[in-house]
Amino acid sequence: MNSVTAKLMTGNEACAEAALFAGMRFFAGYPITPSSEIAEVLARRLPLEGGVFIQMEDELASMAAIIGASLTGTKSMTATSGPGFSLMQENIGYACMAEVPCVIVNVQRGGPSTGLPTLPSQGDIMQARWGTHGDHPAIAVAPATVRETFDWTIRAFNLSEQYRVPVIVLLDEIVAHVNEKIVFPKPEEIEIIDRQRTNTPPEQFMPYQVTDSAVPPFADFGSGYRYHVTGLSHDETGFPTNDPAKVDVLHRRLSEKIERNKKSIIHYKKIMLDDANICVVAYGSCARSAHRAIRHARTIGIKAGMLQLHVIWPFPYDMLWELAQRIETFVVPEMNLGQIAHEVACATKRNPKQINRVDGGLITPEEIVEQINHVSV
Amino acid sequence: MFPYEKYLRRNRLPHIWCTGCGCGIILKAMLRAIEHCNIPKDRIALVSGIGCSSRTPGYVDFNTLHTTHGRALAFATGLKLAKPELKILVVTGDGDATAIGGNHFIHAARRNLDMTVLLYNNHIYGMTGGQVSPTTPQGKKGSTAPYGSMEPSFDISGLAIAAGASFVVRTTCYHAVQLGKFIEKSLTKKGFSLIEVLTQCPTYYARPNRLGTVVDMLRWYKENSIPAERARKMDETEKAGKIVVGVLHDVERTEFCEEYYKLIDRVRKE
Repeated sequence: MNSVTAKLMTGNEACAEAALFAGMRFFAGYPITPSSEIAEVLARRLPLEGGVFIQMEDELASMAAIIGASLTGTKSMTATSGPGFSLMQENIGYACMAEVPCVIVNVQRGGPSTGLPTLPSQGDIMQARWGTHGDHPAIAVAPATVRETFDWTIRAFNLSEQYRVPVIVLLDEIVAHVNEKIVFPKPEEIEIIDRQRTNTPPEQFMPYQVTDSAVPPFADFGSGYRYHVTGLSHDETGFPTNDPAKVDVLHRRLSEKIERNKKSIIHYKKIMLDDANICVVAYGSCARSAHRAIRHARTIGIKAGMLQLHVIWPFPYDMLWELAQRIETFVVPEMNLGQIAHEVACATKRNPKQINRVDGGLITPEEIVEQINHVSV
Repeated sequence: MFPYEKYLRRNRLPHIWCTGCGCGIILKAMLRAIEHCNIPKDRIALVSGIGCSSRTPGYVDFNTLHTTHGRALAFATGLKLAKPELKILVVTGDGDATAIGGNHFIHAARRNLDMTVLLYNNHIYGMTGGQVSPTTPQGKKGSTAPYGSMEPSFDISGLAIAAGASFVVRTTCYHAVQLGKFIEKSLTKKGFSLIEVLTQCPTYYARPNRLGTVVDMLRWYKENSIPAERARKMDETEKAGKIVVGVLHDVERTEFCEEYYKLIDRVRKE
């Protein structure tokens, strides 16, 4: 980032800039619409920063390469879209299991399969949570503007480093390609977190030993700590085990390190909710339409507010339950057939009004206003 | 007596390999080569995928990475590019490297990234119980080819040469001493080196195909191998059914990692 503090920029460009600012120095990826600009910016910028860009043979390899790079202590990232995100699930599971920090940007487009390559979608919400097999931790963030993309890409790296998990940045084609003014934060105002390194001497080091924190301290590959990393269930020594007691401890800890810290991970914005009797729950580019819709609703006397989710996973069930104690009606606009609406129903114990589009079009403020109008009478 | 103990994680032994398996022969040859090249243990990263051979990293005292099926070379690519001072060795099998990992195999060779790949070719999927692999010879049986494999098999070394590897060797577990020397050579050679080792699987390949004992298999390797230099003077009918062993390919090519870091230096100066 140079000294200019305001720029015209797309979400994809802001994502690449943020990653560099966060200290990302290794990117591996495979071309796919609508994410390719992230790779293109980084192919040019990374060598200038002393980092490495590589275009791999596919998304399976891209995901594998960033895990390999991250094991050396280098912050690493890949970027893709739906079909590529599907291929990455295998090694996202590996990163969960081996606790290797990394960031995966998924610029969502219409699916399933090749779907709508150039049009937006929010269809990968559940894949971001449950895409890889087995129980596993998940963190996914969903920015709605270019500035938010900048902030939440940096936050994704911080969360990834802090908890040693893969973190997924869910953009959508609109946020990725919209060109808007971004006012950069002052560098000194940006928090950058690096993974905690071990200070145990190599001969006593156990790669998955935890103390009070559920996150084991890290040792860079090639730094004198010769240890074993595997995708098999392992004990604190890092070596595979079938011992039920040890396997149980591992798998519970992997999920607990996120569950236990969810209060500091979960993030949302409450807008005009204090006196509201209708709450629109929105995220990503739909949050832009929702914001406009509630402002319009207020002008015609409807007490509508909104909850914008910045962090999708872990999901803020408790907070929504609290809101449900005083708000009767929830409206969920999303470019899928109700993936977050289902979670809202689960949290609030009532059925939200759904506004769904899967035709490649953005949900407009008018569509949301119409639904707000409908439920307010 | 060679000090193998220096490199073994003794508390991880005994290993899981069957009696008579060739994995131990290759492991020992690898350790001799590393010792002769005098590479510090901290500098070595040993990467593997999934399968019998891929269990090797667990037993040796290096930076060891046991990854997903077929993906070892892609993980290794990230390790090498992010930390070029690491000396990368990859252990993989015929199924791991040329079936599920075939794409990564040809592209790692094409990039000519500096690493040594030890490919244990036993013509079968051992870990999963004897299913046929891309290198099972036509007609030979596996649990998924009870009437004999109908598919033509891969020439792995030929594939690596065609894809761009700079150093390619084929040998067998019978040629254990030579194997160590070839690995040694590959560790001093810059670029992508493939050492294809034909190795016996007494449990899942020999038994259904009635190939006899481990000694019979090793004897078969001995009697059917012909050195590459001699093979060059032979016609195809003479070579039919034989294993051509030795250095098949040895060329100087630009190595990717070094070139990338040169690029970094260049663009940062400009």
